[in-house]
Amino acid sequence: MQDCRIAANNLTCRRGDRLLFRGLSFALSSGQALQLVGANGIGKSSLIRILAGLAPAYAGTVERAGTVGLVDERPALDPHQPLGEALRFWQRIDGPADNELAQLGLSALLDVPVRYLSTGQKKRAALARLLGQKAAVWLLDEPLNGLDTKGVALVEQLAAEHCRVGGICVIASHQPFNLTGLNRLDLAGHIA
Amino acid sequence: MSGPLFTLLRRDLGLLLLGGRRGGATLPVLFFLAVAMLYPFAVGPDAPLLARTGGGVIWVAALLAAILPLDRLIEPDLEQGMFDQWALRGIAEELIVAVRMLAHWLSFGPPLMLAAVPASALVGIDGATLRIVELGLLAGTPGLAALSVMVAALTAGLRGGAALGGLLVIPLAIPLLVFGAGSLAIGGESGLALTAAFSLVLLAITPFAAGAAIRSARS
Repeated sequence: MQDCRIAANNLTCRRGDRLLFRGLSFALSSGQALQLVGANGIGKSSLIRILAGLAPAYAGTVERAGTVGLVDERPALDPHQPLGEALRFWQRIDGPADNELAQLGLSALLDVPVRYLSTGQKKRAALARLLGQKAAVWLLDEPLNGLDTKGVALVEQLAAEHCRVGGICVIASHQPFNLTGLNRLDLAGHIA
Repeated sequence: MSGPLFTLLRRDLGLLLLGGRRGGATLPVLFFLAVAMLYPFAVGPDAPLLARTGGGVIWVAALLAAILPLDRLIEPDLEQGMFDQWALRGIAEELIVAVRMLAHWLSFGPPLMLAAVPASALVGIDGATLRIVELGLLAGTPGLAALSVMVAALTAGLRGGAALGGLLVIPLAIPLLVFGAGSLAIGGESGLALTAAFSLVLLAITPFAAGAAIRSARS
């Protein structure tokens, strides 16, 4: 795993004419994990998008080193295509992947069109896409939504493994996430 | 960089030409032929009038056929988060848009040029005129493809974006239509060059305009 780092310096986020949070700072280096917690609408997803560089921060800066992988509520898989074909599109871009399909319990679903998959199955598929990307910094927005208990355990295990090999996990979730050495950042402390 | 380029083109062609997202290339072609077929019914069996105006009708039908897939050019990928994932992988929006223009053109330009042959028979235009129509379509349809992609990107995420998109393409396509259909008039062959020139301008600016629109729609 390449050396990676992600740091937020004094981030302020604005949504419309409303400030969601201000003065938010943290720094994570190789092998660390952070859970962003807070009530609905407090800006967890906005923060994830700012960290990913997909949305501008109203104030403050984000420093990133290493490739970034994102899983949010949209799986980014073509709904009309069979799952195998939709995942193969990303494999062609990200390079060949090894065994993440079996690991995520998707092997039997490869010829099912993505639109017929359940919420949890789509989440698993998005995680397969993330694993195939081999990104150093994982940004997971509500990764446990729709997953059964086995799925939750699987995500926690994947995150632990990712941190063990030197990756970074940032998890935005209001559900408890079981991961040793997980830091918590409560956005309620930064309400503007 | 050639890796993702080919992969993107393959996906776009699968979706637009073969119709992964409903219709594919057959829908615009059938629409085009239906317009060419209806026109003689509306005007009446006046062969000289049909022959004189038929080329123009083919052009209008081509423009409308290019607009048909407008709402699935950019918006679905934006909604599904595909553009986010491409951005994270460092694939520029401009590149994606350029590939999409090519795929969109391939999915309606050449099929329409083929369909123009039976359409010309339906409106009764002769071989020499058909030749100019075909050359005009060759010069003009890439511009229409670029214009559709640009407007699709600009209206992606807006309420009623699809209807608005169609409404925006029509006035912007007027130069293509004027020069393209104008090339059918006697001594109007220079219109072909102007059609091609306008197409080239659209092809050149669309990746940047659409790329900027997609980035702003994302944030």
